[in-house]
Amino acid sequence: MTNVSVKKATIWKDTPDIDAAMVRMADELVALLARRGIADPLMIGIHTGGVWIAERLHARLGLGEPLGCLDISFYRDDFSRIGMHPEVKPSRLPVSVDDRHLILVDDVMHSGRTIRAALNVLFDYGRPASVILATLAERGGRELPIAPDVVGLHAHLEGDEEIRLTGPEPLRMMRGQIPGKPALKGADTGPDHSSNLDPVQDHP
Amino acid sequence: MSDPNSQLDAQGKLKHFLTIEGLNRGLLTEILDYAEGFLGVARQAVKKVPLCRGRVVANLFFENSTRTRTTFELAAKRLSADVLNLNISTSATAKGETLLDTLRNLEAMQVDMFVVRHAQSGAAHFIAAHAAPHVSVINAGDGRHAHPTQAMLDMFTIRRHKGDFSRLRVAIVGDILHSRVARSQMLALKALGVPDVRVIAPRTLMPAQVEEAFGVSAYHDLREGVRDADVVIMLRIQHERMNSALLPSEHEYFQLFGLTEKRLATARPDAIVMHPGPINRGVEMDSQVADGPRSVILEQVSNGIAVRMAVMSMCLGAQNLHTQGQGEFNG
Repeated sequence: MTNVSVKKATIWKDTPDIDAAMVRMADELVALLARRGIADPLMIGIHTGGVWIAERLHARLGLGEPLGCLDISFYRDDFSRIGMHPEVKPSRLPVSVDDRHLILVDDVMHSGRTIRAALNVLFDYGRPASVILATLAERGGRELPIAPDVVGLHAHLEGDEEIRLTGPEPLRMMRGQIPGKPALKGADTGPDHSSNLDPVQDHP
Repeated sequence: MSDPNSQLDAQGKLKHFLTIEGLNRGLLTEILDYAEGFLGVARQAVKKVPLCRGRVVANLFFENSTRTRTTFELAAKRLSADVLNLNISTSATAKGETLLDTLRNLEAMQVDMFVVRHAQSGAAHFIAAHAAPHVSVINAGDGRHAHPTQAMLDMFTIRRHKGDFSRLRVAIVGDILHSRVARSQMLALKALGVPDVRVIAPRTLMPAQVEEAFGVSAYHDLREGVRDADVVIMLRIQHERMNSALLPSEHEYFQLFGLTEKRLATARPDAIVMHPGPINRGVEMDSQVADGPRSVILEQVSNGIAVRMAVMSMCLGAQNLHTQGQGEFNG
C-alpha cells in the first residue's frame, strides 16, 4: 500500500558537513593511493552530482591531469522500461584511460547500478589499470556486488526515504521523500535533476 | 497528408519521425541535446552504446541513397541495434509483392523500426499509418515532402557553430521548389526561432507563396540573398532538372547561383557553408568554397550519425513507455 504520511525532504547534511566529509575522503584517498603505490591517478566524476564532488576532491588532491566526466545515460539498464532519460550530458575523458589508475567519483551509492553502467562506459573508452570508487554518501539497498573504496557519509534510512545531493552551490544532502525521482527500484541510476547547472557542460 | 501530430504518442513523445511540421521548439531542442551526447560515442574506442541492444531496424530504401542509408545504418549499429538493409526497388516489390505484404513479413520478423526513403511524397506517413502499433517509422526522405533528419542534422551543425538561433540569418540556395530538404529546413529554422530565413532560387525553382507559407523571404539574386548571412546552405541540383525546361544548363546555373568565394564576400566573415551532399562541384559551388575554411560539409556527415542516433533512440524509447502503459511489463 502507499505510504500516506508524506514526509517532506529536509536537509540531512549541510555544506560544512559535506566539506568535512570531502576532507576525510581526500585523506583516505591519499592513504589508499600510497598503499597501492599509485602516483598519477585520473579522476572521473559521474554526472551530475559526482562531478560536483570530483571537482572538489580533484582540487584538494592537486591532481595534474584534468578531471574527466561521465554520463551514463546511454548505458542505463532501465531504457527498456522508461525510455530515454532526460538531460543527457556529454561524457568527456580528456586523457586516455588505457593502463591508467582511475578514481571514479559519485554522489550517492545506492543499488550499484550507476557504477555498473559507469564501468561499462569506461571500458568502452579503453582498458584502465585499476578503478577506485569514491562516493560522498552510501545507503543501503545494494542490488549488485559493488562496494565503494572510500565513503564520506553513511545514511541509515527508513522505508521509502531517499537521499540526494543538491548543488552545485551550496552543496547540500537532502533526506526524505524526494519528488521527481523515477519510481523504480534501483532508481539511483539517473543523473540528478535538481539542478540544470552543469559546471562542465561541453557546449560550443 | 495525414495528421503530422500522429508522430507523437499520447504522452507527447516522439513515436515516429515523419516531418518537422507540428513539432515544437522544445522537442526539436531535445533531439539536438541528445545528439550532443551521442556525438561523444564516436570518440570512444568502442564506438557503440548498448542502448538499443536487441532491437531490429529495417532500412527500407525505395530510392537509392548511399550516404543517408549508410549513416542510418551506422547510427543503428552504434546504438547496438541489429540492422536489415532492404533494397526494395530490386527485391520483393519487383516480384509483385505489395508494400503492405512486405511490411507484414518484416513485422513477423519482429522488426521494431522502419527507416523509409521513397520517391513518393507521403510514403513514410502511409507506412506509419499501416504498420503494427509497436513499430516506429522514420522518414529518410519522401518525394518533395520532407527529410526531417537531414534538417535536424543541419540544425545541429548550425547550433554547434553559432550557438543561439535567435539572432541568425540563414540563406538556403538552390532548387527550393523540388527540395524536401529545403522544406524541412525552413520548418525547423522557424520552429527554433531563427528570425531571418531566406530562400534564394531562380524563378522557375521557387515555389509560389513560399514567403507566406513558411515565413521566409525569397530572393532571386545570390549576392543579395547571402548578404550578412551567418549560414549559407546550398542545395543539390538534381540532374533531371537540367533535362527539364526548368534550368537552362549547369554552366548557366553556376554563373548565376553557384557559390564562389567572391560571391560569399557579402556574407558575414564567420559565415559557415553547408551542403547536404553529394556536391556537384562547379554547379552549386566551386571547389574553393567546398573545401575552404568556411565549409562544414564533412562535419554535417559526422553530425548526421549523432542526430540519427538521437531520433532512433527517442522513438525506440517511447515504444517502451507504450508497452509499459499497456501493462505488458511487470517491472
